[in-house]
Amino acid sequence: MSNSVSIKVHQVSKKFGHDRDEVIALDEVSVEIRENEFFTLLGPSGCGKTTLLRLIAGFEHPSEGDIFLNDESIAHLPPYLRPVNTVFQNYALFPHMTVSENIGFGLSMQDKPPTEIDATVSEMLRLVQMEALRDRRTDQISGGQQQRVALARALAPHPRVLLLDEPLSALDYKLRKGMQIELKRLQMETGITFIFVTHDQEEALTMSDRIAVMNKGRILQVGSPNDIYDHPSERFVADFIGDTNFLSAELVESTSESSLLKLASGKTASAGPSGSTLRSMVNIAIRPEQAILTSDEASAEFSGTVTNVLYSGTDSVFHIELKSGEEFIAKVQNSGDTRRDWKTGQALGINIQPGAIQILRD
Amino acid sequence: MISRGIASKPFSVRKLPGFTFIAILCFALLYAPIVTLVGYSFNAGNSLAVWEGFSLQWYYAAWQNDKVQGAAILSVIIALQASLYATILATMAALGTTRTRNFRGQTAIYTMINQPLMVPEIVTAVALLICFAVIKQATDYHGLVYLVIAHTAFCIPFAYLPIRARLEGMDKSLEIAAADLYATPWRCFRRVTLPLLWPGILAGAMLAFVISLDDVVITEFVKSAGQDTLPTYMLGQLRRVITPEINAISTALLAISVLMVSLVFLLNRKKS
Repeated sequence: MSNSVSIKVHQVSKKFGHDRDEVIALDEVSVEIRENEFFTLLGPSGCGKTTLLRLIAGFEHPSEGDIFLNDESIAHLPPYLRPVNTVFQNYALFPHMTVSENIGFGLSMQDKPPTEIDATVSEMLRLVQMEALRDRRTDQISGGQQQRVALARALAPHPRVLLLDEPLSALDYKLRKGMQIELKRLQMETGITFIFVTHDQEEALTMSDRIAVMNKGRILQVGSPNDIYDHPSERFVADFIGDTNFLSAELVESTSESSLLKLASGKTASAGPSGSTLRSMVNIAIRPEQAILTSDEASAEFSGTVTNVLYSGTDSVFHIELKSGEEFIAKVQNSGDTRRDWKTGQALGINIQPGAIQILRD
Repeated sequence: MISRGIASKPFSVRKLPGFTFIAILCFALLYAPIVTLVGYSFNAGNSLAVWEGFSLQWYYAAWQNDKVQGAAILSVIIALQASLYATILATMAALGTTRTRNFRGQTAIYTMINQPLMVPEIVTAVALLICFAVIKQATDYHGLVYLVIAHTAFCIPFAYLPIRARLEGMDKSLEIAAADLYATPWRCFRRVTLPLLWPGILAGAMLAFVISLDDVVITEFVKSAGQDTLPTYMLGQLRRVITPEINAISTALLAISVLMVSLVFLLNRKKS
């Protein structure tokens, strides 16, 4: 993966409507997307992720700010002048054309010679394994096949960036899993920058090189799936991706590398760096699977009582009421050597894996 | 058709007392005169009321009648031109009202386009008569153009409605996708919008053609001397001797209308 920037979004705002009805869909968003990257915009519906995608595609134009493609401003170019193609959520295949005519449409609009169009269409059909259906009409093929045609159509002109607007949301679970692998393969094979929009955190974590988590028109955090999961910067990010315990603690020591927290139990624990001032209460996040349960209550970082046990095959989930009154959820793998026979009502201690406590920006 | 599944619903209008009777009465009112008209067009005698055996003589007579021929040709010439112009204008109007950002007064524009459907035809006819009289006076031109213009005007809403319906039903993301795939607005229109709109345009054109073909009121007011269309010729004949020749001509007109409307129906059904 090279590090040069493909798409640069610079302080872009997008407002819809006027005066009292004005809605701010994007609020001074800045982000850099690298060449050959599988980049995901992740967030709940209405967070502005699709608006950002439409701005990059050129279907909308920013109210403020600028968008660059390889250092050239494209914010005010119409979509047909941008070397950027889109896979639409509803596929938007042309119903009056065959599968191969659909795939060749972009090339023919670029006035490529017919021989080149034929060659590229055949290559694309092979790439998405649709050779047998090239002369079918698009209403004569299944949803999964339509999805492949939509992909091939958008890839055929070999755009510099491919935009994917929740392309898998209309597929059933099994097809979706298959297409996730397929998309990742296509991205590696073609070397095209993919910008993928989804509200499905699992999908985002499995497929992306980097993820931007969005909410209410702003980008909250950008990072690798690992980063986002292990080091969420805000409560919303920690909450949106995976399950998290939110607790509060007092910040007693802070350096540029690490900080020391005083927990509600009176014990201390170390965590990553924090921007907060000393002696202030901060919010911390702990993933359920980072908890180590122990019968040694006295020396553990937290202690509490089991209120509920949920067995789910590979692991067990314990709901624990901490001494501080806060609720804590611990997830323990049911492998042979870990003890899992904690019963409801039992008192226990909880230790946290080193480095697993994350201090949240408020 | 009402499907059998309706039986499971608690209320069915078909179970109301007298439903069948009223339905039959309605259909009788609609179709009995037409059946009579068509029936007597095959009458061997020259009465509109006494059946004297089967014959095609009135069709032959109508076919041989120079005045009927002339009127029929004029009708078709006017209808072809009027439906062509009306369809082009209606297509542009439909694109203008569905493919632009919402603007103030959009509803007013719809209403204005559909004006001929609401204003009494006789009012339009008188207005056109007066307006064209002024122009005729000034230019001394008495050609067919007046009729073509008048017919074009009242055909526009009939062409506009199916075209607009088609445009509104069209998935707008198709046009966005075309733009995304390097199609300029004009090429997007030619390669995507127009092919998908085509059934609507044809339906609109055919409706306009039929409407123009059977117009009496406006034509009667606007036409200059010697410019009889088939319907105005028939109206003129009714004032003199009535023979089943009128029935024969009417039946032929009816056949054309039914054919056109059926085609419109088929076109609209095919791709929806």
